[in-house]
Amino acid sequence: MTEIDTGVALAVSRASYGYGSHAILRDVSIEVREGEVLALVGPNGAGKSTLLSLLAGDADPDHGTVFLQGRAFPEWSAKERARRRAVLLQQNQMVFPFTGQQVIEMGRAPWIGTPESDADEEAIARAIAFTDAGHLLHRTFPTLSGGEKARISLARVLTQEAPIVLLDEPTAALDLRHQEDVLRVARELAGSGAAVVVVLHDLSLAGAYADVVVVLDKGRVAASGAPSDVLTPELIGAVYGLEVRVIPDEDTGRPIVVPRRGAPVDKYALRP
Amino acid sequence: MIAAVRIADTRGRGRRVRRGTVVIGVTIVLLVAGIALSASLGQLPISVANVGGSLLRAVGIDNPWAPTDELIERTLWQIRFPRVVMSLLVGATLAIAGAVMQAVFGNPLAEPGVVGVSSGAALGAASAITFGLSFLGGWTIAAFAFVGGLIATLLVYATARAQGRTETVTLLLTGVAINAFAGAGLALITFLGDTQSREQIVFWQLGSINGARWDEVAVVGIVGACATIAIMVFARQYDLLALGDRTASHLGIKVERLRIASIVLVALLTGAGVAFVGIISFVGLVVPHLIRMLLGPAHRMLFVASLLGGAALLVWADLLARTLVEASDLPIGMLTSLVGGPFFYWLIRRNRRQSGGWA
Repeated sequence: MTEIDTGVALAVSRASYGYGSHAILRDVSIEVREGEVLALVGPNGAGKSTLLSLLAGDADPDHGTVFLQGRAFPEWSAKERARRRAVLLQQNQMVFPFTGQQVIEMGRAPWIGTPESDADEEAIARAIAFTDAGHLLHRTFPTLSGGEKARISLARVLTQEAPIVLLDEPTAALDLRHQEDVLRVARELAGSGAAVVVVLHDLSLAGAYADVVVVLDKGRVAASGAPSDVLTPELIGAVYGLEVRVIPDEDTGRPIVVPRRGAPVDKYALRP
Repeated sequence: MIAAVRIADTRGRGRRVRRGTVVIGVTIVLLVAGIALSASLGQLPISVANVGGSLLRAVGIDNPWAPTDELIERTLWQIRFPRVVMSLLVGATLAIAGAVMQAVFGNPLAEPGVVGVSSGAALGAASAITFGLSFLGGWTIAAFAFVGGLIATLLVYATARAQGRTETVTLLLTGVAINAFAGAGLALITFLGDTQSREQIVFWQLGSINGARWDEVAVVGIVGACATIAIMVFARQYDLLALGDRTASHLGIKVERLRIASIVLVALLTGAGVAFVGIISFVGLVVPHLIRMLLGPAHRMLFVASLLGGAALLVWADLLARTLVEASDLPIGMLTSLVGGPFFYWLIRRNRRQSGGWA
């Protein structure tokens, strides 16, 4: 597979990955296009984070290939990768008491010594404004709350100004408003031409903001497509083993996924 | 909004720079005062004016303060100056080695003495002495110290790093094991050696800058300068490393390569110092810690300030070691441990209070 589709930012082609005999991903193929938000959803242990680390180039698949802008990952140097894709992990650690400002500035590291570094200040200011992190700049990172850390880290990722942005559960530690903010930022990035991959647990968030939803189940792609096509009670029931109601949003018509809490639980309906 | 953010940004940076200037200025004053006092005090008191005059004459400036007495001149250039320069070189290299180890292990408790690198280096150096090895000339002892230190660092690294993070307990326990093993090795080598090498080895375990010679100073100076330049080049990468291995690699750092290079550099810095002055613990722990508290953790500033701070600390420590008890030379390693031990204890206490320890 060597053809180069200019609109495809990241492509995973028939990738498998496992630890020893335990397969985590089996024969997964997905494409992430420029200008699109792709939501990666699925039950715990479905392989979402592993797929994200393949997309980030952290790990190489046992079989298959991951293409970054049409070239296989091993062909890119570490610096070249850093200028093309930014990654927000679930855990954002920081050993030493750097300030929020310093952490955000670290996002500019891949551009040191290039003409783009003239734009450092604007990139940093824009990311801070985007993530509503202005009041956290002078606090030291380890003293911030989980949600505040997540916002500073997101600002760091935005500061990197990469055309591909990978976010692993960026909403996990955030309150309702900041969850929406993060996904609105993801939408705006896509609007300006970036390819965005978001791992999400909240199917309604995925339904509301994604162009493409990829459902992973036990290491395979169970479904992939537009939110309203993919997020159906049947598919969610089959993948999650939970009865849900899918309601169209009154304003946007996008799917909202709600568990059927009144329904009698049939434990035999749960998959083994 | 963006304009407001930019103003806040420059203000914060300005404050950091100003603070850095003050701290570095004070450290330089302490360093210069320590050098002057250390060169002038001793069995033969020499006035500070004589010290300065002799230095000026050495660089070709004739001046009225230069000593006319040949004895003073010889005391300065053959005994005092090599000792002062050695103490500041060793202090600087140990402080930087500590700061680098802390960056690489992502742990503020990593330090060449605590973790066993120094005793590994001492074991290497002691072997070279006892077995009378000299195939590398004046560099033999330093080379063996380097190899011993390198083996110890690699051992610690292989044991304490797992899944991209350092477990503090494992780190310290590995240090205990390596220190115990190297201690036993030193005891064995002491036992095997003749009287003369025994005496030399005993001084390692205590640490002393007494009797430093210019050729030894040159070895430490060359190794220290080369390693320090490399470390300054890496400074920004160490900042990113604090974000964790994966995030650092997402920002374009080749993490594993950086770590291996850093470990070699730490072994070089520690080995060079230990080869000639023995084990001096806690300098690499205390100095970077204080600097981080004063100036924050950004590594470029941390390295510059630690270099100066470590040099100042050891010049003063050596001055105390020579003058605290009249007509006797206390082991400087004992002195730094007297201060460093309680400091280490305080660090552990403070961290327990603040974040429930380092499980």
